Amino acid sequence: MFRYILRRILYMAVTLFIIATVSFFLMKMLPGSPLKAEDKLSEEQREIVLEKYGLNDPVPVQYVRYIGGLVKGDLGISFTFDNTPVTKILMDRIGPSAQLGAQALLIGTFLGILLGLIAAISHNGALDYTSTILAVLGTSIPSFVFAGLLQRYLAVEWELFPVALWGTFEHTILPTVALMIFPMATAARFTRTEMIEVMGSNFITTARAKGVSEYGIIFKHGLRNALIPLVTVMGPMAVSLMTGTLVIEKIFAVPGIGEQFVTSVMVNDYPTIMGTTLLFAFLFVLIILVIDLLYVLIDPRIRLTGGES
Amino acid sequence: MSKLLEVKDLKVSFNTYNGEVQAVRGVTFDLNKGETLAIVGESGSGKSVTSMALMQLLPKPHGYVKSGEILFEGEDIVKKSTRDMQKIRGKDISMVFQDPMSSLNPTMKIGNQIMEGLIKHQNMNRTNARKKAVELLELVGIPHPETRLNQYPHQFSGGMRQRVVVAIALACNPKILIADEPTTALDVTIQAQILELMKDIQKETDSAIIFITHDLGVVANVADRVAVMYAGKIVEIGTTDDIFYNAKHPYTWGLLGSMPTLDSDEEELFAIPGSPPDLLNPPKGDAFAPRNEFALEIDTVMEPPMFKVSDTHYAATWLLHEDAPKIEPPESVQRRMQGFSNTGSKDGEK
Ligand SMILES: Nc1ncnc2c1ncn2[C@@H]1O[C@H](COP(=O)(O)OP(=O)(O)OP(=O)(O)O)[C@@H](O)[C@H]1O
Ligand SMILES: [Mg+2]
Repeated sequence: MFRYILRRILYMAVTLFIIATVSFFLMKMLPGSPLKAEDKLSEEQREIVLEKYGLNDPVPVQYVRYIGGLVKGDLGISFTFDNTPVTKILMDRIGPSAQLGAQALLIGTFLGILLGLIAAISHNGALDYTSTILAVLGTSIPSFVFAGLLQRYLAVEWELFPVALWGTFEHTILPTVALMIFPMATAARFTRTEMIEVMGSNFITTARAKGVSEYGIIFKHGLRNALIPLVTVMGPMAVSLMTGTLVIEKIFAVPGIGEQFVTSVMVNDYPTIMGTTLLFAFLFVLIILVIDLLYVLIDPRIRLTGGES
Repeated sequence: MSKLLEVKDLKVSFNTYNGEVQAVRGVTFDLNKGETLAIVGESGSGKSVTSMALMQLLPKPHGYVKSGEILFEGEDIVKKSTRDMQKIRGKDISMVFQDPMSSLNPTMKIGNQIMEGLIKHQNMNRTNARKKAVELLELVGIPHPETRLNQYPHQFSGGMRQRVVVAIALACNPKILIADEPTTALDVTIQAQILELMKDIQKETDSAIIFITHDLGVVANVADRVAVMYAGKIVEIGTTDDIFYNAKHPYTWGLLGSMPTLDSDEEELFAIPGSPPDLLNPPKGDAFAPRNEFALEIDTVMEPPMFKVSDTHYAATWLLHEDAPKIEPPESVQRRMQGFSNTGSKDGEK
């Protein structure tokens, strides 16, 4: 087990290195420069600034310098945001993003499982159709549409929640709801399909033949087996949440990583773009690792290879 | 003899898109304490559906008991609520299923799967249930029961899993054990071991067994009585001797004739021609008539009633009517029945 995790962490480092390289060069190919035309700088001033940030060096030199810093945990200095180190910017901003992401993922998945379960139990009943329609809507309508609707009705018209900004728990509600629709709908659809299949399997009949109560059949025997495959979609779901936050944070003016990422892309703040990309990449590979470990934990049939446990 | 179970004119149907499938069309039999009744018949004859009805485990809502009674110790199971059935299942009547590979919960430890019934039906605490589970695993011949309890189904072979399934079914000393083709999925040596095991346990616990199979060879070794099913009906029922030495129904003759035996090299195995009727539209007369070389005219018009051959032996064929022509079973079948009665049915197979 331990050796397995160690090996996986090594792979993670390699993956991140590749992602850093690819995105570094991709970013260099982007048109535009950190200095905008409206900045009204003279040719000389421009040169000074570019020189100061090392942007006049050949790209390979810049690349080696960047990777060198990266190994030491240094993501460089932001071109905007008052010349703060990128690490500090990310640290300051990860809080709201993480909170939104975690709330949306946990609440969304939980409600989704519940919906899917109800649908499966009332298989082909009215509740089943209702929740299926909800699930289809939830997976096909993008989260920013919900965000707009929530803002318009719950915040502006009925004034139940703050329209935007950050501060109290109330501020987190609307963005969380907008963000959790997708994981909720995905989990609901998945749980329903799996549950219906599991409930038709032979071991459920065996359990019934033992006299197990309907409650025990559904939760102890059914749900647990139905949820195993759900773990596989949790990864992509978490990733879609991360990309979802980019837009949602912008819409609700949440001072999170996503909002700042969108801003830094618009002004070509290279170090910040790179830093954020790497952070997302890191979270992504981390989630995949956690999910693989989770899989081992809940499915006894899966054994890890490469470690004697 | 005390009757444990009386099934009276049981009819079970399924609602499907194409209409009503009449899977069981009037089955009557009873089961005495401590005896083994075998139900034989080809695939689709309604054996599993009958046994699922006994447990009220028909797939809801499209499978249902259309009419008839299932009296267990005098009380009608068909009328019992789900809650009452949960108290009967696993305690008074339990079941062993055909496919050991899929009949255990893959994510639950074997021990917990055995203990579940004990805790529910016998109010045992976990410690006692665990002790009992160890005993049960020993009883069904699984070595190292203490460690095995903590393992999952995928760590067991097919034969071992079926032993576990038997252990689960036996946990609460059921009065009736229904075994639906418990050995079909296993290879021959394991089959014999499981059958032996069930017989041994029956001697110890005195439970009655309903043994479902399409393999007459197995029947000779384990059953006290045999019911032959065809197209949702029992066409012949009698003691094992009645069926093996003195079968009266042409369908039973067909089954006997198509049964491979070790000393049958000189005889040709014959297969029953044709296929079973469509249970969406069961035929008007005798459902077996189209496949029956001895069919009479009346077979296409009217269903035969159960004719009494002896106190223990009944068969539903017009051939037993006093006006019917005297027809003897095909010669190869006669020779077979002779062979069985010479060696004695109980070891006719060995
Ligand atoms: N869930 C169902 N829906 C519709 N029809 C069904 C269903 N289950 C069984 N049947 C029908 O009931 C009839 C009897 O099936 P059953 O499973 O009892 O046969 P069986 O005698 O056990 O056969 P086998 O030896 O193959 O197990 C078949 O014609 C089958 O098509
Ligand atoms: Mg069957």
